[in-house]
Amino acid sequence: MSKMHVTTTVNGDEAEFLADPRETLLDCLRDHLGLTGSKEGCGTGDCGACSVTLDGELVCSCLVLGVEAAGKRVETIEGMANGNELHPLQRKFIEHAALQCGFCTPGFLVAAKALLERNPDPTETEVRYWLAGNLCRCTGYDKIVRAVLDAAADMRKEAA
Amino acid sequence: MRYHTPSSFDDAARLAAEASGVTRFLAGGTDVLVQMRAGAVLPDDLIDLKKIPGVTEIAQTGDGGWKIGVAVSGARLGAHEALVRDWPGVVEGMELVGSTQVQGRATLTGNLCNGSPAADSVPGLVAAGASVEITAPGGRRIVPVEDIPAGPGKTTLAAGEVISAILLPPRGAGGGDAYLRFIPRTEMDIAVVGCAVNLRVDGGRITEARVALGAVSPRIELVPACAEAIIGTSLDDAALDALAGAASAACNPIDDKRGTVEFRTEVAGVLAKRAARIAYARANGD
Ligand SMILES: Cc1cc2nc3c(=O)[nH]c(=O)nc-3n(C[C@H](O)[C@H](O)[C@H](O)COP(=O)(O)OP(=O)(O)OC[C@H]3O[C@@H](n4cnc5c(N)ncnc54)[C@H](O)[C@@H]3O)c2cc1C
Ligand code: FES
Ligand code: FES
Repeated sequence: MSKMHVTTTVNGDEAEFLADPRETLLDCLRDHLGLTGSKEGCGTGDCGACSVTLDGELVCSCLVLGVEAAGKRVETIEGMANGNELHPLQRKFIEHAALQCGFCTPGFLVAAKALLERNPDPTETEVRYWLAGNLCRCTGYDKIVRAVLDAAADMRKEAA
Repeated sequence: MRYHTPSSFDDAARLAAEASGVTRFLAGGTDVLVQMRAGAVLPDDLIDLKKIPGVTEIAQTGDGGWKIGVAVSGARLGAHEALVRDWPGVVEGMELVGSTQVQGRATLTGNLCNGSPAADSVPGLVAAGASVEITAPGGRRIVPVEDIPAGPGKTTLAAGEVISAILLPPRGAGGGDAYLRFIPRTEMDIAVVGCAVNLRVDGGRITEARVALGAVSPRIELVPACAEAIIGTSLDDAALDALAGAASAACNPIDDKRGTVEFRTEVAGVLAKRAARIAYARANGD
């Protein structure tokens, strides 16, 4: 099986890898680029643990082929904190205990960040619908929703 | 697997016509990648259509209709205000597909060509009188959307035929459409029944209508008897009851844990009434 050479941008840096065309972007991030923050919960688009943005659009990286990322901008959980300084969403997840095992957390954070970029002041209902494609088997969701709303409030204050 | 990125639909059609093994087109990939992962479909040739110029565009046509590119995602469709104003029912059907993440990728064309009897965007397209432009090695032709589904997982497209655009007719005055589905939860589930209604009113009276049902027979179908039940009426209770009766009579559903035959048949009538009320209100500008 001939591999294809892929050049893409990941979290602002140019990245290159050789991919079997059947490999998903999630496989390529984890296995070729060593970015293991994005998780595979299901591999079929149901759980959102693999969430990344592709040219700014929130997607499941398990439903994108690695070769499709050629020439595109990929943002993953690894690009969220600024050095040692956590993103407000990350801080609020810790404060609100919005995680237990943590497997779903990178996906929730990436998805929530995409929401707040589009809508800095979402209602609880909007948060719940936006995150309907992210599954968590530990927290019961409530703490996650509170953390997102609280982070949004903080970010609005910072921006003001 | 060979991964192709043709730069025209003619090339895509030629590649597909020349391929001898399992061939798939790649739009958003939200069905194709799931089937690959499950081992259900392992393509020898995968033809990615997203490098063809114009495939992510939504354009108004000369007659006032719309031409929608085959790689336009649900998210893009929903963000197009003028299209949403003309065809809210078509857009709401597509927006029900999957999660936010799936919306970032999934397309109308992929939903249609995957051939699911429960595909959420297809009843709305059928009711709207949408058609598809098909490119084949021999040329191009236009076919009504309702002629594409051919039973679960099947379409009437021949090898080497690729859909190159979706075409919506001009909305015109006094028009309104709507799509509703029933699922056991509020998000992320497969339709147990889906129903789309598209109609036109003149002075409160319905002059034209098209009604399509999903998930209640092997193919998503246009149901002329439903349209006949409401044309000429002002959607009074008698017309709504006749509509519900015609919708239930058109059902030939499966029986499974998510909905029995009896349940699906009854709910088809209920949804037809509700969707018709919404379409009627939209047509009247309320
Ligand atoms: C988590 C999840 C939830 C989902 N929820 C729903 C739901 O609620 N409702 C629903 O209806 N669906 C749902 N789906 C299914 C899927 O998302 C939709 O069917 C989607 O619209 C498919 O579009 P796509 O662009 O991703 O198709 P792709 O996967 O790219 O293609 C699908 C099929 O269409 C063919 N094809 C694509 N483009 C063309 C073309 N131009 N010409 C000819 N053939 C073509 C391909 O060969 C393939 O067989 C869900 C999927 C997932 C993963
Ligand atoms: S691993 Fe991608 S959605 Fe579950
Ligand atoms: S914290 Fe365990 S799955 Fe969400």
